Amino acid sequence: MMEISGWGRYPRIAAEVWRPYSIEQITHSLRSKGTQIARGLGRSYGDSALASRVSEIHYLDHFIEFDAHTGFLSCAAGVSLDTILQVFVPRGWFLPVTPGTRFVTIGGAIASDVHGKNHHKEGTFSQHVSHIDMLLGNGERVGASRTENPLLFKATCGGMGLTGIILAATLKLKPIRSSEIIQTTIKAPNLDRIHEEFEMHSGASYSVAWIDCLARGKQLGRSLLMLGEHAVDGELRAPIPPQLPMPFDLPPFILNRSSVKTFNAFYYNQMRHTHTMHRVSYYSFFYPLDRITDWNRLYGRPGFLQYQFVLPKQDGLRGLRTVLETIAQTGRGSFLAVLKAFGPSNPNYLSFPQEGYTLALDFKTGPSVFKLLDTLDRIVLDHGGRLYLAKDARMKEATFKASYPHWRTFEEIRARYHALGKFASLQSQRLGLQ
Amino acid sequence: MKKILIFGATSAIAEATARLWAQDGNRMFLVARDAERVEEQCKDLVIRGAESARHTVLDLNDFERHKEAIKQAAQAMQGVDIALIAHGTLGDQKACEQSFERTLKELNTNAISVISLSTHLANLFEQQKNGTLVVISSVAGDRGRQSNYVYGTAKGMVTLFLQGVRNRLHPSGIRVITIKPGMVDTPMTSSFRKGALWSTPETIARDIYRGVATGKDIIYTPGYWKPIMKIIKSIPESIFKKMAL
Repeated sequence: MMEISGWGRYPRIAAEVWRPYSIEQITHSLRSKGTQIARGLGRSYGDSALASRVSEIHYLDHFIEFDAHTGFLSCAAGVSLDTILQVFVPRGWFLPVTPGTRFVTIGGAIASDVHGKNHHKEGTFSQHVSHIDMLLGNGERVGASRTENPLLFKATCGGMGLTGIILAATLKLKPIRSSEIIQTTIKAPNLDRIHEEFEMHSGASYSVAWIDCLARGKQLGRSLLMLGEHAVDGELRAPIPPQLPMPFDLPPFILNRSSVKTFNAFYYNQMRHTHTMHRVSYYSFFYPLDRITDWNRLYGRPGFLQYQFVLPKQDGLRGLRTVLETIAQTGRGSFLAVLKAFGPSNPNYLSFPQEGYTLALDFKTGPSVFKLLDTLDRIVLDHGGRLYLAKDARMKEATFKASYPHWRTFEEIRARYHALGKFASLQSQRLGLQ
Repeated sequence: MKKILIFGATSAIAEATARLWAQDGNRMFLVARDAERVEEQCKDLVIRGAESARHTVLDLNDFERHKEAIKQAAQAMQGVDIALIAHGTLGDQKACEQSFERTLKELNTNAISVISLSTHLANLFEQQKNGTLVVISSVAGDRGRQSNYVYGTAKGMVTLFLQGVRNRLHPSGIRVITIKPGMVDTPMTSSFRKGALWSTPETIARDIYRGVATGKDIIYTPGYWKPIMKIIKSIPESIFKKMAL
C-alpha cells in the first residue's frame, strides 16, 4: 500500500499501486475480483486516477510505428507527450493538440480527452487519434476507431479510463518548420474587451487568456490574451528545459488574498503596451508551469482544488460575469486563472469541451471552498455548462448527471464491453457510475 | 555513429540506456530472452533515431552460445564499439540460504554468465584494438550483508573480474566500465517498498550514457552511493557483523 493523490494533492488515499510490465500481466490481473483503474503520470487533478487498486502503465512506453510522410505515430499508452516532443520536434513534427503540461501519457490524454490552446480550431486530443488498442474487462484485446467498435471509441475518448485499459494508440502529428512560437500578448481591461479580442482573433492558431479574478467593478475580467503562431523559419530544437525544483510545501498562509492581488496587479501592469510580440520557445509558450517541478506544492500540504467549467456561447458571457463577481466577492483569489474560447464539441459521450468559454481556477483546499464551489456549480448548471472531469474532485452526482446528458449511453456501452465491475475510480463511484 | 551491443536488452536500465544511445543515431544489436519484447524494442529504437536495431533471442544461462551471439552481432554491425552487459536477477536470499541449487543458479546468472561474455568481448576488443566494455554490477557487491549476500557475491565477483580485465586491456586502449547502481525501481524490484534512496532506470541510464562518453572506470549511480559505500566499507568487520543490514 502507498499514499497517492492526483496533481491537486487532494484527496490522498492509501492504494495498492502496481506497475505491470507486460500486457499478459494486466490481463491476468483482470481475472481477480474487484475493480481497478489505470493511471499514467498522475496529472489529473482530482480523484479520477485514484482507486484502491491502481495500475500504473509506466512500463508500456515504446514507440510502435512512425510514417514520416503522413505523420501518423503509433505508440504504447505510457509514452509521454514529453518523450514525443523530444524525439519528434527535431525532425519537424509537433503534437496536434497539447494540454498545459507535457508530463502526461498518451493513455491519459485520450482518457481525459484533453484540449489545448488551439481547441477553437483543432478540437480535442482524441480528434487527432485514429485508432486505439484496448484491453477490455474480460481480457479481450480489441481495436477501436471511428469505424471499428465506434461506440467504444466514443466512450473511451474522454471516458476517464472506465471502459478498459488503453494499451496503444495512433495519432497524427503536425508538421512544423520551427520549434519557436511567435507570441502576441494583448491587454484587455475588462470582460467585454477580452470577449471582443477572442472573437477578433478566432483565426489565431493558439489563444488563451490569463485573467485577474480578483479585479472588480469596471476592471472585472481584466486579462492578458496570448496568441501564438508556429514560426515558419528558424531552428528545430527540443532541448531539455531547465527545471526549478519546488523541494518543500509552501506554508499555507503565503498564498492569500493580498499576495495574489499584488501578483495579479503586477503581472497585468508589467505589460506596458496593449500589443507586444515575442519569439519564444515552444516550451515557454505551452508549458510555463512545467518549469517548476512539483509546482503543486505551492499550495502547501492541504493541496488544492482545480475548478474548470465551460459555459455555452449564447449567454456564456453573462454567466462568466456572475461567476467572476461571486469569486471577487469572496476574495478567494485563484493564483492561476485561465480563460479560453472553445470551438465546437465532439461526439464523445463524456468529452468536456462545448462551444463557448472555459475558465480554469484553482483554490487552496479548505471548508469554505467547497461551499463556494457548490455555489459556482449552480451558476454553471443554470447557464447550461459543465465541469471538466480531469480536474474534478468534489462534484456531486446530480451535477454530473444533469450536465453530461450522455452518461446513460456511456454506461450501456461500458456494460456491453465488459467494463462493469472491472474498472472504477473514486471519481466514478462519487459520480454514481457503476 | 557507434556500434552498440546490449545483453539483457529488455531490462529496465538497459532499455532506458539504449533509448539515449538510439537518439544519437547509433547502430544497435540487442540480445534478450523475450522474443516479442525485444522485437518491439528494436522498432522503438529505430523510431527514436537508431540507424538500425537488430536482435537475437538468447537465454544468457546458455553459456555455450555466447561466443556465437557476439560473432553474430559483430557481423551484423561490422564490429562492436560498445558492449553493455545488463542482464540479471534478484534471487530470493532466504530461499538461496536453504538451497545450494538456487544459490548456484543465481551465481550462474549474475556472475558466471557475465564472466563468460566479458571474456569473449575482451578478446574481440583486443583483436579489434578498440572497444568499451560496460557492465552493470551493483553496490551490493561492495560488501556482504545478511539480507542480500548471494546477489552481492555474484556482483562482487563481477566487480573483481572487471578490475582484472581493465588492468589487462589498459595497454591496448580498451576501456572497461563498472556500473554500480544503488536501489532502482524496476520490474526486478517491484515487490520492494521504495524509500528515499531509490532511483529510476532513467537516472541510471543518464549516468551510464555520460560515463561512457567521458570514460570513467567505476561509476556509482546515483553519485551519492559513492560516499555511502565508502562509509559502509570502512566499518570494521567486528562491528559490521553485529549490524542488521
